Amino acid sequence: MTGSIAAIGAGLAAIGAGLGIGRIGGSAMESMARQPESANKIQTTMLIAAAFVEAVALFAVVVSLLGNG
Amino acid sequence: MTHINNLKSTYYTLKTALLTIAFSFVSVFSFANHPTHSTTIDSTLVVAEKSHNSEAKTNNPHDENHGEEKFDINKTIMEHVADAHDWHLWGHTSIHLPVILYTDKGLDIFSSGKFNHGHDVYVGKYNYKNEHEKIHAVDESGNVLENVKVLDFSITKNVATLLISVFGLILIFLTVANGYAKRGIGAPKGIQSWLEPIILFVRDDIAAPNLGKHTSKYMPYLLTVFFFIWFNNMLGLIPFFPGGANVTGNIAVTMILSVITFVLTNINAKKAYWKHIFLPHVPLWLYPLMIPVEIIGIFTKPFALMIRLFANITAGHILVLSLVCLAILFKSFAVGFATTPLIVFISAIELLVAFLQAFIFTILSALFIGMAVNIESEEAHH
Repeated sequence: MTGSIAAIGAGLAAIGAGLGIGRIGGSAMESMARQPESANKIQTTMLIAAAFVEAVALFAVVVSLLGNG
Repeated sequence: MTHINNLKSTYYTLKTALLTIAFSFVSVFSFANHPTHSTTIDSTLVVAEKSHNSEAKTNNPHDENHGEEKFDINKTIMEHVADAHDWHLWGHTSIHLPVILYTDKGLDIFSSGKFNHGHDVYVGKYNYKNEHEKIHAVDESGNVLENVKVLDFSITKNVATLLISVFGLILIFLTVANGYAKRGIGAPKGIQSWLEPIILFVRDDIAAPNLGKHTSKYMPYLLTVFFFIWFNNMLGLIPFFPGGANVTGNIAVTMILSVITFVLTNINAKKAYWKHIFLPHVPLWLYPLMIPVEIIGIFTKPFALMIRLFANITAGHILVLSLVCLAILFKSFAVGFATTPLIVFISAIELLVAFLQAFIFTILSALFIGMAVNIESEEAHH
C-alpha cells in the first residue's frame, strides 16, 4: 500500500506546483504584454521564481520515490 | 573601442541565431534519440528478463506455470537511471570498468567483468559479490559479511563519463582560449563563434545583474559550473556510448557542486552578511526565533540547489524511460507507435531542461554569492 499513497503525495505536489508555476507564467506574460521593453528582465525573474516553486514539488517527488522503497 | 562594439553586435545577432541553432539541434537529437533509446531498452530487457527468469525458477517454482515472466518496470528504469560498474553498450556487449575496493585487508583492483553481471563471486582479499551494483564481501557459501566494510572507489559509469566530459570540456575551452590568444578580441572563428555568445550570456545576463562590481572575480566559477552542468546534461540525453550515464542526476555530483557554491558564498561573505544572520533588524524578543531560521537558511539554499538539479534530471530520465517501457509493458506495436511522438516531444523538452537547469544553477549561485558580497550596497538603499 505504501506505493499508492506515495503516488497520491506526488500527485498532490504536482497540483501545488502546477498552480504556482501557472500563476508565475500567467503574471509574467501579462506584465510582458504591458511592458514589452522589460520582457528580458521579467523572463529571467520568472524562471528563477518557477525554479523555486518547482524545487518544492521535486522535494515531494523525491520523498515519494523514497517512500516507494 | 570598435572591437568591443563589434563584439556586442555579433553577440546580439548570435544570441538570436543561437536559439535557432538550439531548436534545430532539438529536432535532430530527438529524432536520433528515439529509436536507439528503445533498442537499448529492448536488448537490456532481454538480459533483465533472462536473469529474472532464472531468479524466479530458483525462488518460486510456482511461477513457471504462468509462462512468461512479468516485466518489472520499476527495476528496469532504476537500473538505467542508477550508476553501474560496467557500461552497457548493446545486447550482451558492455565495457567492463575497473573496480577498486578498499577493505581492512587493503586494496583490491580488478575488472568488473569478473562479476559476470552479478552472477559470479570474485575472489580477492575477500570474496566479493556485486548485488544490484553494491559490492559486498561474502563468505564461501555466498552470505554477506556484514562486519566487513567495503569502500568502493571504482571507476563506475558515472566516473568514466565525468572523466570523458572533463576531457571534452578542457579540449573545447583550450581551443577557444587559444583562438583568443592568437587573434585577440576580434571576430571569432570556428567553435569560438559558437561559444562566445554563450559566455557573454553568462556574463551579462547571469553574473553581472547579481554580482555587480564583483562579476569578474566569480566569472571563472560560474562559467565552469554552467558548462559543466550543461555538457553533462546533454551527454546524459545521448542514449548510446559516450552518453547514457546519468551524471548530473547523481546526487553526489550535485552535492559537490552545491557545496562549492556554499563554501564560496560563506567564505567571501561580507561582515554585514553575518550581521544580518546573528544581529537581524528585529525586536530583541524575536532573536531566538530569527537566528535559528537564518542559520537554517544558510544551509537550505545549497541544499535546494542540490535537490533541484538532481531531481529535475532524474525525473526527466525516468519520464522518458517509462514512456519507452510502456510499449514493452503492453507488448503491443500500437502502443509503441502512439508513444513514439510523445517520447520525441519529451526528449525535446529534456533538451530545454538541460539548458534551463544549467542556467538556474548558475544564476542561483550568482544570486547567493551576490547577496553575500554585495550586502552593504543593498543596505544603503533602505
